[in-house]
Amino acid sequence: MAQSTPSARPNQLFRNLNSKIASIPMIFVALVIFLGGSIWTVVYSFTNSRLLPRTNFVGFDQYERLWASSRWIISIQNLAIYGILSLIFSLVVGFVLAALMDQKIRFENVFRTIFLYPFALSFIVTGLVWQWILNPDFGIQGIVRSLGWESFDFNPIYDADIVIYGILIAGLWQGTGLVMCLMLAGLRGIDEDIWKAARVDGIPMWRTYIFIVIPMMRPVFVTTLVIIGAGIVKLYDLVVAQTSGGPGNASEVPAKYVYDYMFQAQNLGQGFAASTMMLLTVAIIIIPWAYLEFGGRKRG
Amino acid sequence: MADVSTLNTAAVGSDAVRPTLAPGPRGRKPKRVLSRRNIMLYGILGLAALYYLLPLYVMVVTSLKGMPEIRLGNIFSPPVEITFEPWVKAWAQACTGLNCDGLSRGFWNSVQIMVPSVIVSILVASVSGYSLANWRFKGSELFFSILIIGAFIPYQVMIYPIVIILREMGIYGTLTGLIIVHTIFGMPILTLLFRNYFASLPEELFKAARIDGAGFWQIYGRIMLPMSLPIFVVAMILQVTGIWNDFLFGVVFTRPDTYPMTVQLNNIVNSVQGVKEYNVNMAATLLTGAVPLIVYFVSGRLFVRGIAAGAVKG
Repeated sequence: MAQSTPSARPNQLFRNLNSKIASIPMIFVALVIFLGGSIWTVVYSFTNSRLLPRTNFVGFDQYERLWASSRWIISIQNLAIYGILSLIFSLVVGFVLAALMDQKIRFENVFRTIFLYPFALSFIVTGLVWQWILNPDFGIQGIVRSLGWESFDFNPIYDADIVIYGILIAGLWQGTGLVMCLMLAGLRGIDEDIWKAARVDGIPMWRTYIFIVIPMMRPVFVTTLVIIGAGIVKLYDLVVAQTSGGPGNASEVPAKYVYDYMFQAQNLGQGFAASTMMLLTVAIIIIPWAYLEFGGRKRG
Repeated sequence: MADVSTLNTAAVGSDAVRPTLAPGPRGRKPKRVLSRRNIMLYGILGLAALYYLLPLYVMVVTSLKGMPEIRLGNIFSPPVEITFEPWVKAWAQACTGLNCDGLSRGFWNSVQIMVPSVIVSILVASVSGYSLANWRFKGSELFFSILIIGAFIPYQVMIYPIVIILREMGIYGTLTGLIIVHTIFGMPILTLLFRNYFASLPEELFKAARIDGAGFWQIYGRIMLPMSLPIFVVAMILQVTGIWNDFLFGVVFTRPDTYPMTVQLNNIVNSVQGVKEYNVNMAATLLTGAVPLIVYFVSGRLFVRGIAAGAVKG
């Protein structure tokens, strides 16, 4: 493995020593924080820790309590709705925008700058802006009503039934630019000859996209999917800013559940159990992908 | 053409070759400007652009109105009387809890957090990337794989162990602690970025330096660093926007008087006491968004390169 250092030295450990010293932070982060921290949290999720972590093991008690809690069920439902819809919409909208941008249009830079700038903003800023735009008295609902449609009802800030869709609108506004950029890079990676061949065969453009280009972009789609998926599970700041989980607990999400139980309700065991469930969700997304991506061949 | 397209050298190449091959009239066949296709194309793109621009417009417009005007009019109408008072108030007088010195406190806290965090995280990650690219040792790729997979683990899973570690070290709640946290969570993406960049540099350079007797740190300082300025800029853009926009770590790892700007903004806008001053809120929101927006508009193509490098594995 080592590309250098004379083999005269007897001790394997001291070969390439500087590189190993330089890698200490990386090894520490990988082993102690990422691996060790996750294992620690999983282990302590089986205890009844409250204010401080304690090793008083109680089996699956915390999980039973977790799944019996209506707030957790609502969190999971919200995350599922948000996750599925935001995956579908951001992939579709991102791809359509990228395909339009790929038509050798003018002002491409202007359009890209506009589509991508929300991505530079934080979720807090995003949530607060949309909280204002969707404000029932002054925002969209108020304006449509003042135009004469008195019974118009669209209040995704205070209406518990649709509050998660308000968050979805804000999340899509912030994130689709990134998907568009990734898709555009993928489209630009398609060989021009494919397009020429399709045109010679008289295949209409939309069919070329669906049956030739999209299958060819599979790796881009998979990567995008994983990135969006991992981001969805982390959904936290946006909810805190836009609705603070309200009205009631109608827009709670798992990440917020974890934070509230760990740092505010001082019920660490619940927090650990909930975060272990989050870890499990991510593992279900990541492991098949990592297996497909790195399992078959060796990384270079 | 656009920057992303420069990645696609094949297309660019064929464009350059075409005129010399084609006999007769040169260049592309001129198209009608107002074809049905173009109207559709630019119509959809224009509508989408409107949707993306709308919130920014609403923020600016609202922050320039007085409260009476906001209560009467709708949020999309331009201000009748432009006033900068909300901006002054958001910056210097808005209250969070007992402090009434405005967002400026959060701004300076964020600056104090961001500058050292960006420097430390980039230095540590660039050295790791360099060691992964040029000085592999047994197991280095394994650690790297764990690091990359770890990037997908939700922060909530690792946050409490980090709290304990920092508490044991006696730096929980301090600036040093937060810098360490940002360094930890910036590590996967930055290490990936630097590793791929260093690996793409010609190996002959590295070998020549080795033959001349340069060691690990010498090659890093004298050859790799000067050659990789662009990637350092990309990493800086990533980290500046990322750390500025952070909320979770700010809440967990700092105390109220050192809260970063995002946390303070959220506390100002979502505070339950008092009358809601929407214009001040929007001015505060714009102020918080200003730093990453400026970075974005100034850096432009490098920003795109940063997220593309981070997202699509190289």
